Amino acid sequence: MKIYLPLDSAAVALGADEIAEAIDHHAQAKGLTVTLVRNGSRGMVWLEPMAEVESPAGRLAFGPMTLADVPALFGDLSAHPKALGLTEELPWLKAQTRLTFARVGVIDPLNLDQYKAQGGLSGLTRALGMDKAAIVAEVTASGLRGRGGAGFPTGIKWKTVSEAVADRKYIVCNADEGDSATFADRMLMEGDPFTLIEGMAIAGLACGATKGFVYIRSEYPVAIRVMEQAVQIARAAGVLGASVLGTGPAFDMEVRVGAGAYVCGEETSLLNSLEGKRGVVRAKPPLPALQGFMGKPTVVNNVISLASIPVIFEKGAAFYKGFGLGRSRGTIPLQIAGNVKHGGLYEIAFGLTLGDIVDKIAGGTASGRPVKAVQVGGPLGAYFPRSLFDTPFGYEEFAGKDGLIGHAGLTVFDDSADMLAQARFAMEFCAIESCGKCTPCRIGAVRGVETVDRIAKGDASAIPLLTDLCATMKAGSLCALGGFTPYPVLSALSHFPDDFTRMKDAAE
Amino acid sequence: MLDSNNTIAKVEDILAQHHGMEGALLPILHAIQAEFGHVPQVVLPVVAKAMNISRAEVHGVMSFYHDFREEPAGRHVVKLCRAEACQAVGADRVADHAKKVLGLDWHETAKNGSVTLEPIFCLGLCACGPAALVDGKLIGRVDEAKLDSLVEGLK
Repeated sequence: MKIYLPLDSAAVALGADEIAEAIDHHAQAKGLTVTLVRNGSRGMVWLEPMAEVESPAGRLAFGPMTLADVPALFGDLSAHPKALGLTEELPWLKAQTRLTFARVGVIDPLNLDQYKAQGGLSGLTRALGMDKAAIVAEVTASGLRGRGGAGFPTGIKWKTVSEAVADRKYIVCNADEGDSATFADRMLMEGDPFTLIEGMAIAGLACGATKGFVYIRSEYPVAIRVMEQAVQIARAAGVLGASVLGTGPAFDMEVRVGAGAYVCGEETSLLNSLEGKRGVVRAKPPLPALQGFMGKPTVVNNVISLASIPVIFEKGAAFYKGFGLGRSRGTIPLQIAGNVKHGGLYEIAFGLTLGDIVDKIAGGTASGRPVKAVQVGGPLGAYFPRSLFDTPFGYEEFAGKDGLIGHAGLTVFDDSADMLAQARFAMEFCAIESCGKCTPCRIGAVRGVETVDRIAKGDASAIPLLTDLCATMKAGSLCALGGFTPYPVLSALSHFPDDFTRMKDAAE
Repeated sequence: MLDSNNTIAKVEDILAQHHGMEGALLPILHAIQAEFGHVPQVVLPVVAKAMNISRAEVHGVMSFYHDFREEPAGRHVVKLCRAEACQAVGADRVADHAKKVLGLDWHETAKNGSVTLEPIFCLGLCACGPAALVDGKLIGRVDEAKLDSLVEGLK
């Protein structure tokens, strides 16, 4: 009997380790041989911990599992109280286009043979037969843009590094996924780490880089453990090392752990941190592509950007580019979070409207109350009201509505949310996490909290001051922390003005 | 109390293990904290000398990052997520409750050294918040009752 139960952090936080123990215990007591595979999560967090049992018809899903539901896994499965039917037939999974996350939840994350059996390493094998310029051209042709939030074309970044002349070059994976509502990087690293390794190896081939780093935030203990094991396995199998897959040039990599600084998700700050320095933002230029880690040409890409590379090489740039909308090509793993009925990871081509995502896929709020606002793109993203729910999910489309898609995380709030409090929090968070290098961010965020507090006390004259301060932060900050904090603040103010005049109205 | 010669000897071992590593300071500080539970200030000059940087630079790096502690934490560390996705499902309410039950504000340690309460900004458990990390264990959907059962026995 083969049972799958996720090792994914969300499943673990909801009791998966205890369920795993109970399954082992129960199997032993009954004298049954059970192979328990700790897989990645299928992304239906409201069903976690979700167990799957292999059957002749396919994998059968059961969830959300409690300890009391374990014994029934060894009885008549069709009568199990948590039976959900065949996993592949679950509507939430069936409607997705899983390219980057194709193997997540399907395979044992640390089984390289299963990885290969599901198409793994075929992209790298193909890239090994191409020259550097052809690899870069394939990435450019795919239309892939940086999934970390900035949306910069990945192929152009790679071209700059590839054509730079230097004795050493580096591939740095930004796995400092600090934005609230985002967990795609975490799920990918926990559920299919070899995909990231393969993507980084292809980047190494394309750019002539021989060393890679994955910089993972310390808040992700499971991802760190799985990635470290995967790198060792890949090295032992010759995927990494002196010669990639035994025929290519050298490429090896290392996992590094952050230390709780949100700003290190910004690429230059991350590079400083990786060099063992304070995670202070660097002015650009010079671009990291020319002077990055240790002053050498460096590709800095997000986990999802790099993990989308293998499928592009396996199936071709045209295949990948065939999905999407406008200049947003391919698929995007939406991360649906906050107050939602159905939260989790949903990979789909760009182009769904925000309303379809919130009302249809997420099923509205968990509390059952009306949706008030959706913050798209993490703590630096704008709050969208229902009147903007017709916005299609794409880089330009969201920018056109004074917002951003960021790393594609969506936090849903019901009507009990106080948008003034959310605006205050955005400023407070910026003040806590500012690296301190530039004044608009370091001082502006502190003044921002004070100004929101004045508004809260009924001082309407502080509203133009807040708008002005936001303009200064937007235009004068060195990086996106200070520069984008105005997005949540101003969107809260412009879409939910009533929340900013409550005290004033009461006073009058 | 840690014997300072013993402490320095252990740190020298850690430094030797990281010899030749590019950008080794964060991994070294992590290793020191894993060994002692905090970064004893007596070791800063030792680290500085080995890295060929000033003591001020080592201090500057360690004080920049939220993770590194100058003083030991309580025997138990309760971290509660304060970020937006958890706020949307009541994290602020749970945090207020935790502060009351523990009698602590953020970053405070109980007088008897039992518990430290800290904020954390995102554990990536945004679809099953409010999230907590208690002594390294991830916990989702923390409400007041769950928090009570988590901290019972820690005090």
